[in-house]
Amino acid sequence: MKNIWIITRMTFREAIRRRIVATGLVLGVCFLIMYSIGFHFIFSQVTKTAAALPSPSPAAVTQVANVEGANTLMLVGLYAVAFLSIAMAALLAADTLSGEISSGTIQTIVTKPIRRSEIVLGKWLGFASLLGLYLLLMGGGTVLSVFIQAAYLPNHLWAGLGLIFFEALIIMTISMACSSTLSALAAGGIVFGLYGLAFIGGWIEQFGAILHNQTAIKVGIVASLIIPSESLWRRAAFEMQTPLAGVLGMSPFGTVSVPSLLMIAYTVVYLLATLIIAIRVFEKRDV
Amino acid sequence: MAEAFAIETHELRKVFGDQAAVKGLTLQVKQGEVFGFLGPNGAGKTTSIKMLLSLVTPTSGSALLLGAPIGNRNMLRHMGFLPEHFRFQEWLKAGEFLELHGQLYGMQARALRSRIDELLERVGLSDFRDKLLRTFSKGMLQRIGLAQALLNRPRLVFLDEPTSGLDPVGRRLVRDIIHELRKDGTSVFLNSHLLSEIEVTCDRVAFIRHGEVVRVMELSSLDVGQVNVSIRAKGLSPEIIAGLSQWGWNIQADGENIGMALSAESAMPEITRYLVMHAVEVYALTPKRASLEEVFIETVGKDGGL
Repeated sequence: MKNIWIITRMTFREAIRRRIVATGLVLGVCFLIMYSIGFHFIFSQVTKTAAALPSPSPAAVTQVANVEGANTLMLVGLYAVAFLSIAMAALLAADTLSGEISSGTIQTIVTKPIRRSEIVLGKWLGFASLLGLYLLLMGGGTVLSVFIQAAYLPNHLWAGLGLIFFEALIIMTISMACSSTLSALAAGGIVFGLYGLAFIGGWIEQFGAILHNQTAIKVGIVASLIIPSESLWRRAAFEMQTPLAGVLGMSPFGTVSVPSLLMIAYTVVYLLATLIIAIRVFEKRDV
Repeated sequence: MAEAFAIETHELRKVFGDQAAVKGLTLQVKQGEVFGFLGPNGAGKTTSIKMLLSLVTPTSGSALLLGAPIGNRNMLRHMGFLPEHFRFQEWLKAGEFLELHGQLYGMQARALRSRIDELLERVGLSDFRDKLLRTFSKGMLQRIGLAQALLNRPRLVFLDEPTSGLDPVGRRLVRDIIHELRKDGTSVFLNSHLLSEIEVTCDRVAFIRHGEVVRVMELSSLDVGQVNVSIRAKGLSPEIIAGLSQWGWNIQADGENIGMALSAESAMPEITRYLVMHAVEVYALTPKRASLEEVFIETVGKDGGL
């Protein structure tokens, strides 16, 4: 346990010293500013339009429009946040083992009385904490911006953010497993390739659900089994979207075909298995 | 401390693809000795060391380090290692770097702090404790790497080309540190291609070629039995030259130069007196030990084993 903690601290320090944290913070704040400005203009347009609608009960219409508008715009923001977290996760972990092996910095570490599994777990925990903080800043900032401007909070906010975090963890773990045996570039390439697969698989499943095409749905499910990141986003969107959005059908940032809880359980197993593979491969690796 | 050998390997073998990098390494390093590991480029030295350090998994064979199998974590607690390509976490400060590695050895904070002070002083980097390794020169990195290898007061130290980045002052420092280690009873496994350095620091050397030990020798045996001297003098006659045979053999004269073998250095003043008495003008009388370089070339061949 102590060794894992030493490596986790080292990972944190490396992220700070190599300006990864600073870069993430600065660009994250830029993102939030841009998002807040965009939200302000679009949302005020939505409320104005809703108020102008001829209706026997203008207050109720405005109320619905506000909630639906704020919810949709927030999911747009969180979708972008989820993507940025994934990119961050892939990049953080792609270079970690392979980079240290190719530069040779790993040599004085693995020849100390430490298990290789402790090195992998320590780094994993370090990255997981970094991603958690990043998501708290970005996702929390997005939600806060919407709350301040529209006094709106979604349902199941923590479940939603948790699922996005989980999605980032999946990508980070795959990236790390690849990094234990491939070069950083190859690891990054594979992770983004898989992400693309999950992304397109998710869309095929969505269309399949709308068109009631079972084959398309199955294709999507297979893609989710290969890499379950996108299905986590869809579950997150499902948790946070309004009931009305669910009934009305597909928006780019909501979801129709909802991954089941069994799928979430599968993803947990998937994550653990990937982590174990990362450890095993690194244990056998000649450095 | 009961085990007789610091390192004992038996037919250690590593195959990459269809190429055997190390064919079968069998050697013993005694407790407390400084052991030199010699061989031409590509002879399998680096792979051998990496196997001993559990960086590379052997294809077959076995080894005991300090009586424990390769990679045993309790054994690693008593081992130190300075890698050949001393690349370290350059985003750490020198003090932090040593702290990290000391923590990985499981050292207590207080003991570690005083040990770091001591070692920074020893390698001449006390003033650079709070400087990032990124700003260090090659020589400074090698010095901090050496300090890192000694943090835990190891019983066995692997030094892989420990002076490759160092100037003469740094080389001297490494040599002195190795002498100190020997005095403390630490076993040192030294891989270096600087034969002059091996010559002055090691007790024994192993020559390896094509991934096998071809010869192990005591370095003190280099001096035993024979001193070659070269003489440069004017006014030599065949009779005078012939008279030299009372002190040595293998006399070869070539104009003003004479080479011969003596059984001991103590004959040199007598030879000088003899030559001067016969009105020979002596310009030089130089002892030449059979150098490790000669032995090296004789052992691994001029082609370097390629």
